[in-house]
Amino acid sequence: MGKVGIIGVGQSAFVRGYPGSIRELVFEGFTEAMKDAGISVKDIDASIVCSAPEYDKQRSPAGVFAEYLGLTPQPTFYLESLCSSSSTGLKTAYALVKSGLHDMVAVIGFQKMSEISSAESQERMGRGGDIQWESPFGTMMPAYYAMYARAHMEKYGTTPEDLASIRVKASTYGQINEKAVYRKPVALEQFSDPESPMSGPVASPLRVGDCCANADGSSCVIVANEEKTKAFSKKPVWVLGIGAASTAVNLAGRDLFTGLTVAEQAGEQAYKMAGITPKDIDVAEVHDCFTIAEMMAYENLGFAKPGEGKDLIRGKETYKEGSIPINVDGGLLSKGHPIGATGGSQLRTIVLQLRGEAGDMQVKDPEIGLVHNIGGVGLYGNVTILGR
Amino acid sequence: MAKKKEMDTRFGKFGTVSFTAITKVNDFIDYLEQGKVMATRCMDCGLTFFPPRADCYHCLASNMEWIEVSGTGKLVTYSKLEYAPIGFGDDLPYAIALLDYGEYKVFGRIAGDLPEEDIKVGMDMKTVPNTLPNGQINYVFEKA
Repeated sequence: MGKVGIIGVGQSAFVRGYPGSIRELVFEGFTEAMKDAGISVKDIDASIVCSAPEYDKQRSPAGVFAEYLGLTPQPTFYLESLCSSSSTGLKTAYALVKSGLHDMVAVIGFQKMSEISSAESQERMGRGGDIQWESPFGTMMPAYYAMYARAHMEKYGTTPEDLASIRVKASTYGQINEKAVYRKPVALEQFSDPESPMSGPVASPLRVGDCCANADGSSCVIVANEEKTKAFSKKPVWVLGIGAASTAVNLAGRDLFTGLTVAEQAGEQAYKMAGITPKDIDVAEVHDCFTIAEMMAYENLGFAKPGEGKDLIRGKETYKEGSIPINVDGGLLSKGHPIGATGGSQLRTIVLQLRGEAGDMQVKDPEIGLVHNIGGVGLYGNVTILGR
Repeated sequence: MAKKKEMDTRFGKFGTVSFTAITKVNDFIDYLEQGKVMATRCMDCGLTFFPPRADCYHCLASNMEWIEVSGTGKLVTYSKLEYAPIGFGDDLPYAIALLDYGEYKVFGRIAGDLPEEDIKVGMDMKTVPNTLPNGQINYVFEKA
């Protein structure tokens, strides 16, 4: 069996209140990926549609999109793993191509979160936890991650300023990413300024500035076998490693609260498959739905020892010029987090980086990149390693 | 004609808003009303489960007994919410938390009358049944 490559990547702008229907939203990311790959719809053997269904009025969107995008009569299906749906889509596409069942598969991620109110959205996201035993207490995503933040601060002396510094870094790059929903600069002082929305309490110890924004968006990644990758791509990017893991939904079933076991396990699997170590990663995209999530990712992926993630951000090592540039496209914190589209957007960033096509966000000559994409509160972990 | 079977929806009383009314561990609610917070234990292998469950994945069997969540647990972590999901706004502010009892952990809320300055990670707490203003029931963590 040959290698598996990514020949096309695309995403819509991530926005609040997309002025169109879900099929029109998906068309934007798909079209960019198709033009990037330089292929026609007939070249694609199958499509996988990735999102979290609780936001959709349309039942089974895969068929609707296949028709709208001209991908019929090829097979299509729907797939979800909460916020990591499109990384799971990439993994599934890899298996379909590697097995020889298909030559080329489009992984289409999307979410139109603005169809419901922010409070409704929090309630639905909270239901990604244990609806029988946790949700009746009034849970929501920021509060779950806040519990991890509290535990990390207690054990390692991580400070609210360390977390805020991650948001400041995100804004540095969000300002230059034309696809990002939040493009204003963020200064550390805003977190202690009661007049600034950044300082508003959400779920202690997390503040508004520690949280990413809901957004509408779509993404598309086109996966191909070795022969087609070489035929269509001038700068091939290969899938070198894939890892994925799950854990208990209810926090009562877990033992670690200063990190995500699923990220550690998915990372180990992906490094092993790629035959590399964390030191070999030149650029990474991590799932910073909250600032604490990026801090834990530093440690769970082996870029820092447990408890030493704060030293990376204090030393600006995760900036573009640092030893391990992370989320130099603004991350979820600046781009926004349209659940099903997020993983595809992360993969797109790493593919563009490896090709040297990331523009003002370009890291110097990266050869290997990593994507860390988490579903729920560390419920599903997905790590993908790409290389030139 | 057979009498129409009535559904046992006791679990609908759990928490400010319950998202599950029908479960095989509905007796949890009766115990809660009697002042007891209960876990289940597999009678075949002895594994203890909180939250309670009807089935043991280890034995692939459903021979459970109820045991009381007694004594104290240590506060692992918590978060005080200033913003709530829809349906929970009247409860604000409230803190969700996790207690470690050693053999199992319990996810729940910290008692509303405990000021945040008195909450310390690592402190000993106990789990007690609680009636909510809307008539629903849950359990909360109090200082031991």
